[in-house]
Amino acid sequence: MKLRLWFAALAFGLASLAAAQDMPMFRWVNFMTADGLPDNHVFCVLVDGKRIWAGTENGLGLYENGAWRVFRPADGLAHQAVLSLALDHRTGDLWAGTMGGLSRISAGRIDTYTQLNSGLSNDIVYGVGVQGDFVWTATAAGASRLNTRTGQWDLFNERNTPMYEIWTYSVSPAADKVYYAVWGGGVLEYDQPSGRWKDYNDPDGETELVLMKDQGLIHEVTTSVSYVDKILWVATYFGASRYDGRYWHNFLQKDSGLPSNFLNQVKAIDANRAWFSTDKGLAYYDGTNWAVYTPALDTHKPEMLVRDAAGSVHNIAVQSAPAHNYVLGVDFQGDDLWVATAKGLSHGIRLDRSSSTAKVLKQTASGKKR
Amino acid sequence: MPAAAQSQSSFRLIARAAGVVAVALLAIAAQPAPKQAATLPKERYLSPIEMAFSKDGHELYVVCQDSDEVRVVDIASGKVSRKIPVGHVPRGIGLSPDGRRLYVTNAWSDTVSVIDSASWEVVETLPTGFEPAGVAVDAKGDFLYVANRLSSDISVIDLKSGVEIKRLLAGRGASYLTLSPDGKIYGTHIYPNPGAFRTQPASEITVIDTASQTVVERKLLRNVAGMFHIAFSSDGKLGVVAQLRPKNLIPLAHVEHGWAFGDSLTLIGSDVGGTVQVPLDELDRYYALPWGVTIAPDKSKIFLTTAGSESVTVVDVPRLLKTIRTRRESFVNDLSASAEYVSARIPVGHNPRGLVLSPDGERLYVANRLDDSITVIDTQTNTVANTIDLGGPKNVDALRRGERLFYTADFAFQGQFGCSNCHLDATIDGLQWDLEPDGFGKDIVDNRSLENLAGTEPFKWNGGNPDMPTECGPRTEKFFFRSQSFTEQQLTDLVTFVYSLPYRPNRYRLANGELTPAQERGQAIFERTKSKNGLPIAEANQCTYCHSGPKYTNQKQIDVGSGKLTDRSPIIDVPQLPNVAYSAPYLHDGSARSLEEIWTVFNPKDTHGVTNDLTKDELNDLVEYLKTL
Repeated sequence: MKLRLWFAALAFGLASLAAAQDMPMFRWVNFMTADGLPDNHVFCVLVDGKRIWAGTENGLGLYENGAWRVFRPADGLAHQAVLSLALDHRTGDLWAGTMGGLSRISAGRIDTYTQLNSGLSNDIVYGVGVQGDFVWTATAAGASRLNTRTGQWDLFNERNTPMYEIWTYSVSPAADKVYYAVWGGGVLEYDQPSGRWKDYNDPDGETELVLMKDQGLIHEVTTSVSYVDKILWVATYFGASRYDGRYWHNFLQKDSGLPSNFLNQVKAIDANRAWFSTDKGLAYYDGTNWAVYTPALDTHKPEMLVRDAAGSVHNIAVQSAPAHNYVLGVDFQGDDLWVATAKGLSHGIRLDRSSSTAKVLKQTASGKKR
Repeated sequence: MPAAAQSQSSFRLIARAAGVVAVALLAIAAQPAPKQAATLPKERYLSPIEMAFSKDGHELYVVCQDSDEVRVVDIASGKVSRKIPVGHVPRGIGLSPDGRRLYVTNAWSDTVSVIDSASWEVVETLPTGFEPAGVAVDAKGDFLYVANRLSSDISVIDLKSGVEIKRLLAGRGASYLTLSPDGKIYGTHIYPNPGAFRTQPASEITVIDTASQTVVERKLLRNVAGMFHIAFSSDGKLGVVAQLRPKNLIPLAHVEHGWAFGDSLTLIGSDVGGTVQVPLDELDRYYALPWGVTIAPDKSKIFLTTAGSESVTVVDVPRLLKTIRTRRESFVNDLSASAEYVSARIPVGHNPRGLVLSPDGERLYVANRLDDSITVIDTQTNTVANTIDLGGPKNVDALRRGERLFYTADFAFQGQFGCSNCHLDATIDGLQWDLEPDGFGKDIVDNRSLENLAGTEPFKWNGGNPDMPTECGPRTEKFFFRSQSFTEQQLTDLVTFVYSLPYRPNRYRLANGELTPAQERGQAIFERTKSKNGLPIAEANQCTYCHSGPKYTNQKQIDVGSGKLTDRSPIIDVPQLPNVAYSAPYLHDGSARSLEEIWTVFNPKDTHGVTNDLTKDELNDLVEYLKTL
């Protein structure tokens, strides 16, 4: 009997170690204003091939060939605070949502759309996305859609959708569906073929409690949506959700590897894997295991925690971490990551697995993290 | 009364009476013009505008704008050998790399006709953006690039599937494209890009990487508004753009005191080490509206048509490059410079546009748009060797006479400019002008559209000119041109032509004539008589009061609160609204950059219609409706 238990424990330990070793490891290089970043408060980041765009509180930064170029209102940008970015992969044009309108940056030329000079619903553009010839925006006064071929704007708000709050925070457009995170109003789905809207809300209606987990959206205060491979991922200030069109699965700090229930962004890689930007670090979920990358909240030393399916948490020895634990956004550059934080922009350079065997520092009890 | 004074008084009386009689006669002569235009049997002219050589150099393909066809000229005989019908108002032509396909843009059909050069049939018709103009094929023949003038973008069409795969943002009024020897597509545009009110206009050369089919560079051209053909030397080291440099920020008081437009070139490429603008005019003679441009195969000469001066200018390239190297600072405003590198001015036909060199460079072919002919120039001697008659009508009617007057710069002091300088291709120029001699920055006026003007009198933004003869006569010939006057017949012809300009197709109306839901909602707002709180809107403040009738103008002058402190009077002539979507910016001075700004910025007290009770959705609906007019 003891032998069986010992083997079981060994198998469990090996599985945990395997989980730790399977999770991606990075060498983090952090950019601050001293390096040319326009501002340390980075709202969003976008990878455009070898170029990196960073939307900050004081300008839009372009990192190219080892140097930063900065765009501000004097250069034609709508506003210095850049909240959201989207790339039109067909044309190479960048769309920047700001606190003062929407800017299109096309080969150095900047055209700006505001609520005064265009049909844009509101100048505070929290989210932007491109799908075909359409540019979708999430603004403080509902959603807007620009047809770039005809110049026509369509507005979506409480008058023509189930949007009972109009503070839209994020948009994720795809060929079949467009999803909006509505801050305080759950998630809205636009069906492209039919042009119909549908809302998804927290079934228990409780703002602080989760009474009916996995029976619907985790919370009404949504901050981000990411629709990939026909799977919807949702970030809220009270946990995260995954929806496959039929079933919901919710993630909370207490029963997942999330370091916090306060999420600023979710960005999916595919149907099973996603990155979560939280106020207590950057989290990665591979469908089974979790990893959290952050400067430790107490010591500020680089930290990587891995949580396996059974809830065992391992502290992996790492030499670097993202610039700050308050993470606002992430984008992918191949296997590398770029991370927007409240105090700096971070480049996570993926370490080669053969040279980065995870070294477990400490294993802690299930569900607890050090 | 002393005799002298009495005599003077009598003279004044007689002079005044004579003046009244003259004006009356002029009015009688000119007044029937608009009615004439409707009843005149319109000749079907050809109006050749662009050309291309066949791969073997044996045939010349000529795009005929007014006859909606391509005419094929056999070079050996100098005769038209074929006529191929295409879409409406063809404007540009390009060839596939193997020469088997001709691509002809149809500006008013929003299509490209694909012509098989073996069967001479249109084998495919490809949809494009609004009002396609220039066209170019990439070096492999895989993708077609089409500059769309009204949608200000460039269509990228996959030639295998015939599908337009994307649109690239271009300069406003995207019009001309060329494939450079480095494999990139370079594009120009005829209207300046939108900018802040009363700032120097700016344009761009749009550079497209054909591997990624994306715009990779926009070369900024300051103080340029009106760019036309672009061409490259065969080694790719020298590029050239024909362009205008307007002087619209200071009063266009007396053209004899200085130029209104700088007819010029922009040079790019390693030969000049960047972007250099150079003048083409002379100190006392202007060469208006440089349009078509090409470079000799050996890079010895640049040839360009000056559409308003009815000539071809020949630039000696080595001398030009020497001048650029010698002069370290910009000399684009130094009109003495052109003497250093302009080697010839060759008179050709009326309104010369496209030009093309024979493959050996020995002959230059120039399309005389308003003669229906091709001038052939010997490039060694810079002399006219021949003129090819394309077979258009021999009768030159009032419309064509008037059109020639509209496009020529002959009537302006020193040949500085003509009507078509500001009304490019009889449209607008996207500029706001300081026309009156009343001080700097006073009475700024936006350029108005010329489409279907009959029934919209009076003219000028203050309604000061009661009819078109006054607008085209005393207003234009005397005040602007400061040179010889039109004869009565000429004025009648000019007015006849201007009144004949039709509406361009409206792209915002559904094909079945119905309105979209948003447009319907916008129409209800346009026609409403009560504000949203149920209170009646004063009749004079309802949209349909001023913007009434078939052309959406009551032809009155009204103060709608849009006057500026710099305006002598806030009374503004009510403009017509059809095709208003095409003529940004708006208001009499062009201060509203978009239709939205008319109300979001310039209507704070609901004096230009009641709009401040509208939600953003409703304002968008109103805009969508206005675009259908």
